[in-house]
Amino acid sequence: MNFEFSEDQKLLKDQVRRFLDDKCASKDVRTVLDGAATYNESVWNGLKDMGLMGTAIPEEYGGSGAGYLELCVIAEELGRAVAPVPFSSSIYLAAETLLVAGTEEQKQAHLPKLAAGDKIATLAISEHSGRLDPSTLSLKASDGTLKGSKSPVVDGSIADLAIVVARTGPSPRDVSLYLVDLRQDAISRKTLDSIDPTRDLAEIAFNEASGELIGEPNRGWDVIEKVFDRGAVLFAFEQLGGAQKALESAVDYAKERYAFGRPIGSFQAVKHMLADMYVSAELARSNCYYGAWALSTDAPELAEAAATARVAATKAYQHCSKNNIQTHGGMGFTWEFDCHLHYRRSNLLALVIGSRSQWEDQLIDRLEARNAA
Amino acid sequence: MDFNDTPQEAAFRKEVRAWLDANAPTELKEPLESSGFGNTNVGDADIMEVSKAWQKKKADAGWACLQWPKEYGGRGATPIERVIWSQEEGVYAALSSVFLIGQGMCGPTMMAYASEEHKRHYLPKLASGEEIWCQLFSEPAGGSDLAGLRTKAEKDGDDWVINGQKIWTSGAHFSDYGILITRTDPTVPKHKGLTMFFLSMKSPGIEIRPIKQVNGQSGFNEVYFTDVRIPDHQRLGDVGEGWKVSLTTLMNERLSIGAGMPTGFPEMFELARSFETVDGPAIKDKALRSRLADWHVKTNGLKYSAARSISALSRGETPGPEASIGKLVAGTTMQDIAQAALDLQGLSGALTDPDHADAAARFQAMLLRSPATRVEGGTDEILRNIIAERVLGLPGDMRADKDVPFNEIPTGKAN
Ligand SMILES: Cc1cc2nc3c(=O)[nH]c(=O)nc-3n(C[C@H](O)[C@H](O)[C@H](O)COP(=O)(O)OP(=O)(O)OC[C@H]3O[C@@H](n4cnc5c(N)ncnc54)[C@H](O)[C@@H]3O)c2cc1C
Repeated sequence: MNFEFSEDQKLLKDQVRRFLDDKCASKDVRTVLDGAATYNESVWNGLKDMGLMGTAIPEEYGGSGAGYLELCVIAEELGRAVAPVPFSSSIYLAAETLLVAGTEEQKQAHLPKLAAGDKIATLAISEHSGRLDPSTLSLKASDGTLKGSKSPVVDGSIADLAIVVARTGPSPRDVSLYLVDLRQDAISRKTLDSIDPTRDLAEIAFNEASGELIGEPNRGWDVIEKVFDRGAVLFAFEQLGGAQKALESAVDYAKERYAFGRPIGSFQAVKHMLADMYVSAELARSNCYYGAWALSTDAPELAEAAATARVAATKAYQHCSKNNIQTHGGMGFTWEFDCHLHYRRSNLLALVIGSRSQWEDQLIDRLEARNAA
Repeated sequence: MDFNDTPQEAAFRKEVRAWLDANAPTELKEPLESSGFGNTNVGDADIMEVSKAWQKKKADAGWACLQWPKEYGGRGATPIERVIWSQEEGVYAALSSVFLIGQGMCGPTMMAYASEEHKRHYLPKLASGEEIWCQLFSEPAGGSDLAGLRTKAEKDGDDWVINGQKIWTSGAHFSDYGILITRTDPTVPKHKGLTMFFLSMKSPGIEIRPIKQVNGQSGFNEVYFTDVRIPDHQRLGDVGEGWKVSLTTLMNERLSIGAGMPTGFPEMFELARSFETVDGPAIKDKALRSRLADWHVKTNGLKYSAARSISALSRGETPGPEASIGKLVAGTTMQDIAQAALDLQGLSGALTDPDHADAAARFQAMLLRSPATRVEGGTDEILRNIIAERVLGLPGDMRADKDVPFNEIPTGKAN
């Protein structure tokens, strides 16, 4: 049994960490937090120069074809650094949708640009408050023309392209996917305020915009479910990276901060809180590795493993980030300390591609399906 | 990343399977599979008899205590081979429970500290199950705070004379030998005045009184020592070095890894699927689904944490700290699951007769046994301390007994 990342994958991880430590430090994240920019372009360009966007995109479509395990270790580092870039939207979601459902021509046309990081894409699904479900979607498409609006769309103000889930038939699952160039006159966008200003959320209005069908008509949700399974593993690694970093930051502070003449880390209430954070991060890590294995081998267990990793990592990141603030006391509630960066990010990531309760529900569906089989 | 055996591992697994296919006591498979938690079911057979028979059979063929050297009754196997064995032994491993403390903790301690003559004499019979050993550590005044123990050992010629009391000694009533930690010097700080021995449980002056547990069984005992004599050659380690010796024992206690600790999740999932509530199958209940997801994540996390440890072993490395979280997570999870299972059953959940209760009353057994998991071999709180201090590097607790001679340390009413 070899349930570990390889030496080469660990080297890649170190390389990405060194780059992010250097170019995506807290002050670089804060240029997006405090400024007008919707993402940090120099971080994006650095990732581009390292060729990381094409990690799991096959060579014939301009990627390096290294594989999903490599993409997982990159995701962990991006999460650790709370990287303010549209990597997940463009790579885990949009590129994967093209890989799953695009025609050869569509893949040739679009994937090389995404792999190179020259274009940025995203996935536009949500329209309302509430669960992500095809029955709730009303943005309409007919004859390649889209009318309606999507909100919120992650990285919606940044993206050049969006894959839009549109209603194309009367029954609840009759939705189709369209690739839409967001730089056309029929599109208007508005950046929205959110709990995590280091990432972009936007409203996009489609006023008879033109789009190109991806995959079969009315089968769009099948594709989305597949893409979400893959994305769930990759997002879980981002969440794991964040959880680990929040834990480390809390542990470091608990060793240095004194109260009542001793380090706060010598009080059991604090120690045990930190031990519990470690346990949740460690369980998430093992579940994420299982997800990575299933993703990289396209195992029949992927749906179950992805949901397990996603639920475990969502919980771990929320748990570690909130208790990181708690460990820091008043300092934890200041804008100046970095604790809130993780608190914000953990609570945003808990909602993308379906919220925690939705994944819990799906996880049980999948366990039921396995047991019925 | 893969779950495949290396060629050597695969060959070893094949050998194990072939032997088990030909030799396992298949007549016990069915009752063993229906065992309740903390309760090994062997049907009408005598548990001790069948356990000893299976252990002896394994030992004769070289499948007992695999990782021990051959001359002490083992096989000289690698750690990964031991893991493969335990994966393959499966349900029959339940027959080893009476030997676990002896083979898992006393054996390694003897291996590290006993004389060559003693090792060759005692270890093979411990491996083959012909002799059973127990661990005489905890006392009324020394559980988590083990070094607070008071049982006295005083030198008299070539012997030591023991007076005092041990408690919670699992299996003392059927054990042949035990390892015993004592206080040999009460005038120095507590960790410095301890000395370890091994002794026959048949020694004159030992009195064993079973203690009735919460679940009605009597697995553990009080053991009283009145002028019990132990020859000096049965001392393990130097006089005053008992604390160091005990750490060898306790480290082995926490090192046992395998398929991940059981949490009761598969049983609970099955109950949720089959149980009909007035609103339909229990598994459709949203609140229950959310909890099931949580328990699954924990169970699966433990399973794949074990896989990470096994990978480390497979590469010839020592497993990392991830091995330390198993009991901490499994104990509370099992307790939660038991309560949720009873909750589904309503007032009938109170019944413990297997003929009346759902799932052959296994959740009731779980309810009544799970508190012990959170206490034995290091309480949840002590495990959190260990994670915080040894894994995360946080400072130790403030202590009122540091550098104070043992006989001047304050004690409370409950001691
Ligand atoms: C089923 C079972 C089998 C056992 N078998 C054996 C055996 O074979 N041999 C043997 O030697 N022992 C055995 N034990 C004993 C076991 O190791 C002790 O019960 C355990 O270590 C706890 O010690 P205690 O009972 O004295 O509880 P205490 O130490 O009195 O603990 C009481 C409570 O105080 C908490 N506490 C204590 N110290 C601290 C601290 N520093 N920080 C925070 N909280 C603390 C504990 O976590 C616990 O909640 C067994 C116990 C059980 C339940």
